[in-house]
Amino acid sequence: MTAGGERAIRVRRPGALTTIQDCGRPGYAHLGVPRSGALDAPAHHRANRLAGNPPGAAVLETTLTGAAVTAECDVTAAVTGAAATVTVDGQPTAPDAAIRLRAGQVLDIGPARPGVRCYVAFSGGLAVPRVLGSASADLLSGLGPARLAAGDVLPLGPAGDHGPAAGQAAPGETAPGPAGAARAGTALAGCRLGELAAATPGEAGTGTGQHEPAALLIHPGPRLDWLAEPGLAALAGSRWTVSPHSNRVALRLAGEPVRRRRGELASEGLVTGGIQVPPDGQLVLFLADHPTTGGYPVVAVLDPASLPACAQARPGTIVSFRLA
Amino acid sequence: MRFRPAGPAAVLVEVDSLAQVRALYARIEAERAAGWAAGLADVVPAARTILLDGVADRAALQRDLQSWEVEPDPPASGAVTEIACRYDGPDLAAVAAQWGVPPGDVAAVHGALEHEVAFCGFSPGFPYIAGLGGGREVARRDSPRPAVPPGSVGVGGEYTGIYPRASPGGWQIIGHTDAVMWDPAREPAALLQPGDRVRFIDVGP
Repeated sequence: MTAGGERAIRVRRPGALTTIQDCGRPGYAHLGVPRSGALDAPAHHRANRLAGNPPGAAVLETTLTGAAVTAECDVTAAVTGAAATVTVDGQPTAPDAAIRLRAGQVLDIGPARPGVRCYVAFSGGLAVPRVLGSASADLLSGLGPARLAAGDVLPLGPAGDHGPAAGQAAPGETAPGPAGAARAGTALAGCRLGELAAATPGEAGTGTGQHEPAALLIHPGPRLDWLAEPGLAALAGSRWTVSPHSNRVALRLAGEPVRRRRGELASEGLVTGGIQVPPDGQLVLFLADHPTTGGYPVVAVLDPASLPACAQARPGTIVSFRLA
Repeated sequence: MRFRPAGPAAVLVEVDSLAQVRALYARIEAERAAGWAAGLADVVPAARTILLDGVADRAALQRDLQSWEVEPDPPASGAVTEIACRYDGPDLAAVAAQWGVPPGDVAAVHGALEHEVAFCGFSPGFPYIAGLGGGREVARRDSPRPAVPPGSVGVGGEYTGIYPRASPGGWQIIGHTDAVMWDPAREPAALLQPGDRVRFIDVGP
C-alpha cells in the first residue's frame, strides 16, 4: 500500500503485453505521429462508463493472456472487451459490471477466450503523464508510457470528479523518462500476436473458437483502381486468415493473393482501417498504431463499425469482406 | 485536383506536383485557422496528395476545395530555421559523384539550395525537406542501413531528411546535426513542420 493511501494500482502480473490506452493523439499525423489509442474503442468507452469515468479516460489494454493488479486503495473497476474469467482474490465476478475493490484486493483478468484484448478501467482513470495530450502507448513510434512490468505502480485520478479527460494536460505533465523510453523501445520489436502467444506457456495463440467467419464491412479506398479486377466485388467475396504477425499496427491477412497493378506510388496519408495491397497480394489492414503515410495502394477502407472485430481477431481467425 | 474517397470519413486529394500540394496545403491550413471544416481531425500532406481525415460532408468539402482559387506556386512564407550541419556523412562521395562535383563541394551546393519542408512522416518529426528538385535529385542507397544515428542528414530523391532518432535508413547520409528534431515535451514537438523553410549552415566536418 502506498504511503498516505494514495490512489493507485500495483501490477502483479503484466501478461503478454499490457499497455495504457485512451483515445490517442488525433491532430498530429502531419508531424508523423500515429493516432494510437484503444483498438476496441466501444469496449474502452464501456469500461469507463461502468467505472464511472468519462468514456475517454485512460485504461489498461491487455493482450491474449490478461493481467493482474493489486488495488492500493478502494476503487471501482470494470473489465470489458474479450471474454475472460475475471476474479477478485480468486472469486469470479459478474461480467460487464462494476467491480468494487477494497485496498489490497487482487483483480485478475484471465486469458481472452475468445478475443484478444480486455479493457480494464479504474474509477478516476489512470493518471500517468501524457505525451501530446494522450496517455496511449504507441508501439510504432515509442511515444507514451512503457508497457506494464511487474511491480509498476500506476497512479489513479481522483474518483468522483470523472478524472482527467483525455486531451487535457495532467498536472506535472512530462515526457517519458529514460527508463520509460528504454522500455518503450523494446516494444518496437512489434509485439506480434504470434510471438506474444508463443512466449506464454499454455497459450496456443490460434484456436479461435469461431464458427462463422467474421464479416468485415468495407468501403472503396483511394486506390481502388489499382486492383486488376474493377471494383471491390472480388475482394468482397474472398476469405482471409488473420496472421500471427498481426499487432497494434496492423492486422495482417493471408489468403489467395489479390491481383493488382504493378508500379510504384508516392507515399501518401493513411487512414485507420485502410487496407493496403503490397506487391505480394496479401493484405495489411491498418489499426491504431499505423504509420501516418505509406506507399502501397490502399484499395479499400474498413467501416469503423468493424474495427472492434479486428481488435479482437486472434491469429487463425477467418474473416471475409462485405460491401458497406 | 482529383478526389479519392478513403472510406466513409476521409478523402485523399490528388494533385500533379509537389508545388500544388504546397500551395493547397497552405490554403487549407489558412482556412482551418479561420474556422473552416472544424471537424477535421488530421490533414496530411504528402508528395502528390493531401489526406483530409474526419470529413463529415465530403460533397460540401470537395465543393469548397474546388471553389478556391489556389495560387499555383505561392512564395515561401514559413518560418526560417537554420540547421547547423557537419558535412561529414559516409555517403558524401557517392552524392558528390551523382552531382558531378568534388566531395568538398557538397556542403556548398547543398547549403546554397532553397529548402522547404514539404511534409513529415516515417517517424515523428522526420521532415521531408524539398529542395533538390531541378537537377540535384539523388538516388537512394542500393541497400538501406539497418541503423542510422539520430541527427543524420540524408538525401533521397528531391528531399533532404533529418533522422529524429536511430532508425533504419535508405537515404544517402551527407552529414549530421545536433538539432533536436523531436521533443514531445516541447511545443511544438517537431522542430520542423510542413511549410517551414530551412537553411543548412556548414559548420565544418
